[in-house]
Amino acid sequence: MSGSEKLTSSSSELDLDRPNIEDYFPSSSIQEPRGKLRLRDLLDISPTLTEAAGAIVDDSFTRCFKSNPPEPWNWNVYLFPLWCCGVVVRYLILFPSRVIVLTLGWIVFLSSFIPVHVLLKGHDKLRKKLERYLVELMCSFFVASWTGVVKYHGPRPSRRPKQVFVANHTSMIDFIILEQMTAFAVIMQKHPGWVGLLQSTILESVGCIWFHRSEAKDREIVARKLREHVRGIDNNPLLIFPEGTCVNNHYTVMFKKGAFELGCTVCPIAIKYNKIFVDAFWNSRKQSFTTHLLQLMTSWAVVCDVWYLEPQTLKVGETPIEFAERVRDIISVRAGLKKVPWDGYLKYSRPSPKHREQKQQSFAESMLQRLQER
Amino acid sequence: MGNTSSMLTQYDIEEVQEHCNCTFSQQEIVSLYQRFCQLDRNGGGFISAEEFLSVPEFAVNPVSQRLLRMLDGLNFKEFVAFLSAFSPRATTQQKIEFIFKVYDSDGNGRVAMNDMLEVLRDLTGQFISQQQREQVLTQVLEEAGYTKDSFLVLSDFMKILGNTGLKMEVEVPVD
Repeated sequence: MSGSEKLTSSSSELDLDRPNIEDYFPSSSIQEPRGKLRLRDLLDISPTLTEAAGAIVDDSFTRCFKSNPPEPWNWNVYLFPLWCCGVVVRYLILFPSRVIVLTLGWIVFLSSFIPVHVLLKGHDKLRKKLERYLVELMCSFFVASWTGVVKYHGPRPSRRPKQVFVANHTSMIDFIILEQMTAFAVIMQKHPGWVGLLQSTILESVGCIWFHRSEAKDREIVARKLREHVRGIDNNPLLIFPEGTCVNNHYTVMFKKGAFELGCTVCPIAIKYNKIFVDAFWNSRKQSFTTHLLQLMTSWAVVCDVWYLEPQTLKVGETPIEFAERVRDIISVRAGLKKVPWDGYLKYSRPSPKHREQKQQSFAESMLQRLQER
Repeated sequence: MGNTSSMLTQYDIEEVQEHCNCTFSQQEIVSLYQRFCQLDRNGGGFISAEEFLSVPEFAVNPVSQRLLRMLDGLNFKEFVAFLSAFSPRATTQQKIEFIFKVYDSDGNGRVAMNDMLEVLRDLTGQFISQQQREQVLTQVLEEAGYTKDSFLVLSDFMKILGNTGLKMEVEVPVD
């Protein structure tokens, strides 16, 4: 399933928000020997059945969200005590000190942020500058609290209007890792609990756009907000995760075209986590964000690479969907991820009947064509 | 990682292997068990229709509803037996038997023109009219020596499909 074929999107695809899936699936009916239609051709449904059974046994979509924990290495009598010592150090020494660092960070941050936010109400430019700096600082504290070893490659993002940043998504910590380097504005799904509280207070200051996955009308409102934000000169650069959901950092799912039809430059960012100490994939089906953070804070380190890649613009004659796929290709190649032709939102909803109809249509056409042959 | 409470013992594996007529190796059965547990998210011991349909590749398949009827409430042993027709070790006869079962939805051992029409409708959807379907089916049935009132049994299917070299295999990923 390589993305080397030229993707052609017909106009009927535009409302589907994704390129033609048929290009990704080898359609076995095309290779059938031509010839007169016989009873056995109608009765032989083995290709369809094989596809169904293949999907039951293993499918590329579920693979994207499978947590692959690192191989256990504590399996013999010498390594096991070592591992036990490691556990003691991690839970009893590292974890408390990290909690202290984090608490310190919060104290420093809140004691600076609240005064700045309240007292400098009139001096917006200065206030914004200080708030940006403080948010970057707070994110650095967060990254330190899981001993994040992050290597940044490429030129740092610059503040310019008419540009958006897109990155692949593995966990909410992606945002924190990128934010410690540059104060981005972000578009996020509104979460409940303490995360939601954080979102509505502190992230508001760097500029945030909320959305609700389940609301269809939300899309237009969000699209409008995105366009407005990108045009504003004073706004922080916008960071978007076009996958729309957390993927396990081995694959990328299809990018939503929203970020690619704003008429501005798209700067891709690729993030790849090294699983040597911990798997940074946040499997939102299996754990809450708090559990996820605790897991990170009780491991040795979170190691990752961040690549800031060359900014891309829409080519002449390219549709936003093709543009999105092109950028996804750039990011996937840089981070060593495999591409799958699925929409991340299929985690929450069923595929549109259009895909089944396409299969039915191609079968019907081939059948009618063979009927003509004598 | 399997998230149901029971782990597979050697005895379980052998029992499953016997039930599916040794069409899968022990390693494949272990992989299938991991897959079964992965799909059976609520740990009920069987995979519900919802859980099957959460696999988008399965949900877009035209015969998925038909297969769901066959997959309904199967435990792991029966699940492996269901998939046994797709093993490379399965004989052509086993594969044809499976196809026959898909057609024979009421399980009475006979496939009438109506059953064939229904499967054809699943495969072609709204892109061919019911009339056209009946026309085509009647035509090929008569050319093969049957009438539109004939009932096909398993031996008929064997005769029709037997020497076409059925390609019906899936590979079970083994870690």
